[in-house]
Amino acid sequence: MGYPHPSHPGETVVLSKYFGDAAARSFEGWVKRGGYEALKRALAMTPDAIVEEVKNSGLRGRGGAGFPTGLKWSFMPKGDGKPHYLVCNADESEPGTFKDREIMRWTPHGLLEGCAIAAYAIGAERCYIYIRGEFTEPLRVMTGAVEEAYAAGALGPNVFGSGRRIDVVIHRGAGAYICGEETAMMNSIEGKRGNPRIKPPFPAQAGLFGVPTTINNVETLSAVPHIINRGAAWYKGLCLGNPKSTGTKLISVCGHVQRPGNYEVTMGTPMKGLIFEMCGGMRPGRTLKAVIPGGSSVPIMNAEEVDRCLLDYEGVIACGSMLGSAGMIVMDDSTDLVYQIMRLTKFYAHESCAQCTQCREGTAWTSRILERILAGQGKPEDMQLLLDLADNMTGKTICVLSDSCAAPVVSGIQKFRGEFEAYLQGRRSPAMAGV
Amino acid sequence: MSQDLVNVTIDGLQVSVPKGTMLIEAAKQAGVLVPHYCYHPSLPSPAVCRMCLVEVEKAPKLLPACVTAVADGQVVHVDSPAAKKAREGVLEFLLINHPLDCPICDQSGECELQDYTFQEGRPGTRYSEYAKRYNPVEDFGPDVLYVPNRCILCTRCVRFMDDVAGTPVLCVAERGDRAFIGIDPDHLLEHPWAGNVVDLCPVGSLISKDFLHKARVWDLDKTASICTGCSQGCNVTVDTRDNTVVRLRPRANLDVNRHFICDTGRMNYRWMNRGDRIEAPLVREAGRHLATDWDAALDRFAGLVRKGGKAVLLASAGASTESLGLLKGLLREFDLTAVVQVPAGEEAPLRGVPNLALRRERAPNGDGAALLGYGSDWERAIQAAGHADLVVVVNVELTGAEAAVIASARAVVVLGTIESQQLPQAELVAPITSVAEESGTFVNRDRRVQRYLQARTAAGMARPAWWVAAETQALVAPAAGVPATSAQAFDLLAETVPGLGGLSYATLGLTGRIAGAAEAAAAGAPR
Repeated sequence: MGYPHPSHPGETVVLSKYFGDAAARSFEGWVKRGGYEALKRALAMTPDAIVEEVKNSGLRGRGGAGFPTGLKWSFMPKGDGKPHYLVCNADESEPGTFKDREIMRWTPHGLLEGCAIAAYAIGAERCYIYIRGEFTEPLRVMTGAVEEAYAAGALGPNVFGSGRRIDVVIHRGAGAYICGEETAMMNSIEGKRGNPRIKPPFPAQAGLFGVPTTINNVETLSAVPHIINRGAAWYKGLCLGNPKSTGTKLISVCGHVQRPGNYEVTMGTPMKGLIFEMCGGMRPGRTLKAVIPGGSSVPIMNAEEVDRCLLDYEGVIACGSMLGSAGMIVMDDSTDLVYQIMRLTKFYAHESCAQCTQCREGTAWTSRILERILAGQGKPEDMQLLLDLADNMTGKTICVLSDSCAAPVVSGIQKFRGEFEAYLQGRRSPAMAGV
Repeated sequence: MSQDLVNVTIDGLQVSVPKGTMLIEAAKQAGVLVPHYCYHPSLPSPAVCRMCLVEVEKAPKLLPACVTAVADGQVVHVDSPAAKKAREGVLEFLLINHPLDCPICDQSGECELQDYTFQEGRPGTRYSEYAKRYNPVEDFGPDVLYVPNRCILCTRCVRFMDDVAGTPVLCVAERGDRAFIGIDPDHLLEHPWAGNVVDLCPVGSLISKDFLHKARVWDLDKTASICTGCSQGCNVTVDTRDNTVVRLRPRANLDVNRHFICDTGRMNYRWMNRGDRIEAPLVREAGRHLATDWDAALDRFAGLVRKGGKAVLLASAGASTESLGLLKGLLREFDLTAVVQVPAGEEAPLRGVPNLALRRERAPNGDGAALLGYGSDWERAIQAAGHADLVVVVNVELTGAEAAVIASARAVVVLGTIESQQLPQAELVAPITSVAEESGTFVNRDRRVQRYLQARTAAGMARPAWWVAAETQALVAPAAGVPATSAQAFDLLAETVPGLGGLSYATLGLTGRIAGAAEAAAAGAPR
C-alpha cells in the first residue's frame, strides 16, 4: 500500500513501492530510483523482442478483461504504412476501484515510461492518456510529469537520442463512465459522443481515427518497465495460484474493513488473507456478508465463496465472480443488499450511453423495480421479472454495461434470496425508500 | 463479371449472395424479413436497436444481422426460440416508455413498432406501475415535429443528417432512458432534403406538419409515380384519400433516388387537387368559347390539322413522352417547330448520395422531349408562333407578352388543365389530364425511362393529351391501330423513336430502364 499506511508484509510491493514518496514524482527523483532505465533498455531492443518479453511474462490486462498484453500488442499490423496509436486508459470510473489514481498520483513517470515502451513496441509515435475528468490531482501530476519528460528528452522527437519519436498527449474525460470502455474512449478522444463501437473492426485493425490502436490500462502499462528491467521470468514467477495469472495486482479494498486502501499482492493470494489479515478484518462485532471483488460490474460473492477464493483471474471465476479491475467492495452483516444492488443499478441506469435498447430501458426499469421492493410495494412476481429482464439484458448489447447491471441483480437474487423475500413478504420494513 | 458468392442457410432456405453481404440483406433475398429499427439500407448501420439479433450456429451469442457479414456455410435462425425471445425483450423495452397513443398518431398503420408488436410482442405489459418518460413536442423545422415520447432512439434521423445530408443538426442528447433527439436551435431541419427524416422514422416520433392529422394511412390509396419537380425523376408514391392527393413519399429506386426525395418535391402536390379545371372541351363559336363534346372538339382539331402549313408546338416539359410523341406525330405534315419549356431553379444536391439533387431544370421530361426531337429555344419558337398557321399550346402558362405574340397566329389550339383567359382567340381548348390523372412515362436527365401510374380520376371530361392526338390523327388519316391505352401509345413510339426501341411498359417495370439500353443489347454492342 505505502500510502496512507505502510505496506503490509503480506504484500508484494512492485508498483506501489513509491506510493507516499513525494520525491518519486519528479523526473529527477524517479531517475534516482532507477527510473527510465527500462525505456533506455527497451529502445535498444527490437519491438518484436519487447512484445515477446511481455508475452513471456504472462502480463494480462489490468483494466478488467484480463486479456494477455503481449498477445494484444502482437495484433498490431506491421509495415502497414499507417500511423499507430497507443491509448492509455486512465478513465478509472468503476465503482470501488481507485488503483490507477494512486499510480498516477505517486509514480507518474513510471506510467510514462510504460507508455513509451509500449508505444515503441507497437510502432506508435503517439500515446493518448485519457484521464478521468474528476481526477484533478492525477491530472495535475501527470501534466507536470509529461512536461518534465519532454524537457529531459524522455519524450519527444528523439527519445534519449534513439531517433525515435514518442509523443504523449493527455486527454481529460468529461465525466462519463462509459468512456472507460475502450471503443467509447476512442470516440471521445475523436471529439464524438462517447458511445461504444461495434466490434469488428477491432481497435488493432481500425481504432482511434480509423488506424491501428492498442488500448492498455494504467496498471498494465506501469508493470511493463518492471518486466523489461527484471525479466519475464521474474514476473512470471510471481504466482501463487493458476500459472495463467502472473505478477502482482493492486487490489482497491473499500467498504466494511478496518483498513481500506490499495494492496498489491501476488496473483493467487487468498482473498481471505487480504481481507482478514492485511485489511484488519471486519469492524468489531461484525461478520462478513458479501464481497464484490472486481469493481461493481461483477457478480456478488457470499462469505463461503470469499473463504475459498484465490485472487487471480481463474480463482475468482471459480468462485462465481470475476477479478475485473480488482476494486473490492466488502460488506458486513449490517448491509442491506437489496438497497446496495438498487444503488448499483441506479448507477448503470444513469451511465448507460442510451445506444442499445436493452441497456437504455432495462437498467432504468431494473432500478425502478428494486426501488419499489425497497419501498415495501414489491410483488411476488418481481424476482422472476428481475431475472427475466436480466436475461434479456445479458449478452445482447454492443458493450457489457448492460451485462454489468444484470450481474449483481442475478447473483444477488441467487445468493441472497432471503433478503428480497423479506421485503416482498413484509417482514422487513420499508427502508431507504426514495433514496 | 465474376463475384465471390457465399452460400448461407436462413431459416432452412438456401441463398447465394455476394461475399460481404450483411445477414439482414441475405435474409431478404431468402424472403425472410429480419425485424429491425435502426438498420436502413441507405444509412450506415450502428446496430443499436438490437432488434435484428439472430441465432447463428456455432456463434456463442446472438448476432446483429445488420452488421454481421455472411460466411460460407453459415446456418442462421431468425425464427428460433432464442432469437424470438430476444426480439420480444427488445419490443417490451421499447414499449415501456412508448405512449399507447396509436389512435391519434399519424404513423399508426405504417408503424414498425406497431407491426412487430402485433407480430411477436407480449400481449400485456409488466411495467404498469410507473409513469412513462415525458418530454413535450418540439418544432424541428419547416415541416417536422418531434414527439419525443414516441421516440425509440434508433438514430436514423441523426445518421441521415450527419452522413447523408452532411448537415449534422441532430444528435442524441442525454444518457440512459432520459435520452432524446436534440437539435441545433440555430439550424433547424432547414436542409432542402430534411423532410426525409419523417419517412425514415420507424415510429411516429418525427412527423410531417403538412400531413398532421390529415388522414389515417390505412384509408389511403397508394400509387407508384414519378416526381414532377425536376429532371432528376425521383420515384414517389402518391397517396390519395377519396380521390384527393394528400401526400407524396419517396419510393425506393437505388439507381435514382435511393430512398429519398427533396422537400420541394414532397410539397409539390397541391396543384393536383386544384378545382379550377377545364372540365369540357371548349370550341370557339361567334367569338365565344362554348362547351361541347369530344366529337365536335376532335372534328375542329382535325380540320385545323388538315389545312397544313407552318405549325408551332409549345409544350410543357411536364407532359408525358406519349403525349409529346403523339402530338408531334399528329403535326408531322406541317413545317413544324416543336419546343418544350423547362423552368429553371436553384440546384440542391443531397451530399451523401452520388448523382442525386433537386435539379436546376424544373421539369420531369425535358430529356424525353429531346429524345423525340423537341427543341428548347423557347424565344424563337414564340416568335415563329406569331406567323404560324397553327399553334398548339400544351399545358404551359404563357406570359402576357408571349400570349400577345401568339394572338397573331392564324389558328391556336390549347390543350390545358387549368382555366385561363390568356388565349381567348383559341379555336379549341381541350381539357387534358394532369400527371396524377393519367399513366405515362418520363425520361430523366440520365435518360432513364420511368413509368408513372394514374393516382386519381380525371377532372370532368379531361383526357390524356396523347389520346387527343391519337383520336385526331384517326380523323385526319384513318388507319388501324389507334392506341387506346398509354401502353399502346408507348409501343407506337418504341417502333420509331431511337432510344425507346425494345422498351415497353412491361420491361420498364416500376424502376425504369435507360433509353437505348435495350437497342444496344439487341445489337450485341457493349454499352
